[in-house]
Amino acid sequence: MWSLAKITNSIHEALNNQFSAGWALFFEMLMAGIAVISLFAILGLVLVLMERKVSAWMQIRLGPNRVGPKGILQSFADTLKLLVKEGLTPGGADKFLFNFAPVLAIIVAMLLMAPIAFAKDFQLWNLNIGMLYVSAISSVSVISILMAGWASNNKYSLMGAMRSGAQIVSYELSAGLAILSVVVLTGSLSLKDIILSQQNGWWIFKGHLPVLIAFVLFMIAVTAETNRAPFDLAEAESELTAGFHTEYSGMKFALFFLAEYVNVFIVCCIGATLFLGGWMPFHIGNWQQFNHIMDYIPSSIWFMGKTFFLIFLIMWFRWTFPRLRIDQLLTLEWKYLLPIGMINLLVVAAMAIGGWHF
Amino acid sequence: MFIKNYFKEVFSAIRSLLKGMRRTGYYFTHHKEIITQQYPDNRDTLNLPDRFKGEVIMPHDEKNEHRCTGCTACELACPNGTIKVITKFEINAEGKKKKAIDKLVYHLELCTMCNLCIVACPSDAIVMAQTFEHSVFDRSQLTKILNNPDSKIMEGIE
Repeated sequence: MWSLAKITNSIHEALNNQFSAGWALFFEMLMAGIAVISLFAILGLVLVLMERKVSAWMQIRLGPNRVGPKGILQSFADTLKLLVKEGLTPGGADKFLFNFAPVLAIIVAMLLMAPIAFAKDFQLWNLNIGMLYVSAISSVSVISILMAGWASNNKYSLMGAMRSGAQIVSYELSAGLAILSVVVLTGSLSLKDIILSQQNGWWIFKGHLPVLIAFVLFMIAVTAETNRAPFDLAEAESELTAGFHTEYSGMKFALFFLAEYVNVFIVCCIGATLFLGGWMPFHIGNWQQFNHIMDYIPSSIWFMGKTFFLIFLIMWFRWTFPRLRIDQLLTLEWKYLLPIGMINLLVVAAMAIGGWHF
Repeated sequence: MFIKNYFKEVFSAIRSLLKGMRRTGYYFTHHKEIITQQYPDNRDTLNLPDRFKGEVIMPHDEKNEHRCTGCTACELACPNGTIKVITKFEINAEGKKKKAIDKLVYHLELCTMCNLCIVACPSDAIVMAQTFEHSVFDRSQLTKILNNPDSKIMEGIE
């Protein structure tokens, strides 16, 4: 049976037979880079269409249905439009920072791809401090937003950026606490070890109520961290036109747009890895037959299925809940999520010491 | 007491959020009932609501008579000067001078479809039509005269 791990191994062997070790590594890095960039492009196309369709169906509309069969070529048309549009830099803007901000947003998203395990033994970089790396790098994304808002020389942009700063700094705490609760149970920061620890059941089932609470906290916090509704104060169309990317057009805007969707994808990957077992198939205790059938589904499909389920959940949030005010946003974090997260972490730690989980 | 209220708040918040999600989830899974209309396709079978406000028209009956007395209530009610009533004086059968409209000029390009003129009209002479395809290449075509040429006021409208 073929798998992604086998394909990568055969490519690795072929390259090593053909070239010296250094060149083989170079070509492998090049291929990984191309793979990540093409994954970005595909994600941009698929997630934008998915978002529009999901939003349409939730609002009893039809959504895009003109371009191509059932409107599936809509995002290609949108991309084409963005590509040919002029990328204007406003006169009063700080030229270098203004043009660098969208690139930084994409770089951050790209760096976050590194430790994610997409399938069994299919990972760009098996880092032993994977979760720490993810939470450290994801906090850099706020810099690109602040940079964009400040360099635009526009009041809307600046306000959006400042709101986003307050928001991401505070919500990172509860996201971190939610991540920690799984790390405490696993005893490892490596994403591979976290997935392997869920061999006999996903943490969301094994960890009883505390991990379920951690999962809810995680979903709320990452929705806020990716600046999506109901926490989209950084953009807040109805108040700030488009928030931090008001002044952006053409491909620079597209990069921000892409970075948003890729960030959603990445946080859902992390959520799936931590709570839903990554690429682990769904197993029920000792039902050998059922478990065998589940094993036949490739691990990459398991991973993508879980990730897209979480993405759908985040889209569901977006098209159901109204936007919070900035004070409500900070109240929610500091008075509700953070205390609950801290107490929850203590309970999880007690559970891990006592070995009360399955 | 505080702790009790705190958790009550959290649970009621979660319950209300789930309620909202159940509603949108229902819409998501039942996307057969669509409220939007597929406009250019269903142009022949277009189903507009009664209160749809397309443009102001003045209905005339088969004898080419309208109900407008030329009182200029609509002109006064209009917030942005869309309607201009040009009146004239007619000598009626009893030899009395009577005010009547010469032209009721309606600038569609200025109209915001606010319906205030319709509400202001004491004799229901103007109504909102359900037409909405108003695009033209020349702006002057949007300035319309609502009363038909040689039209008269209906009997008994004061």
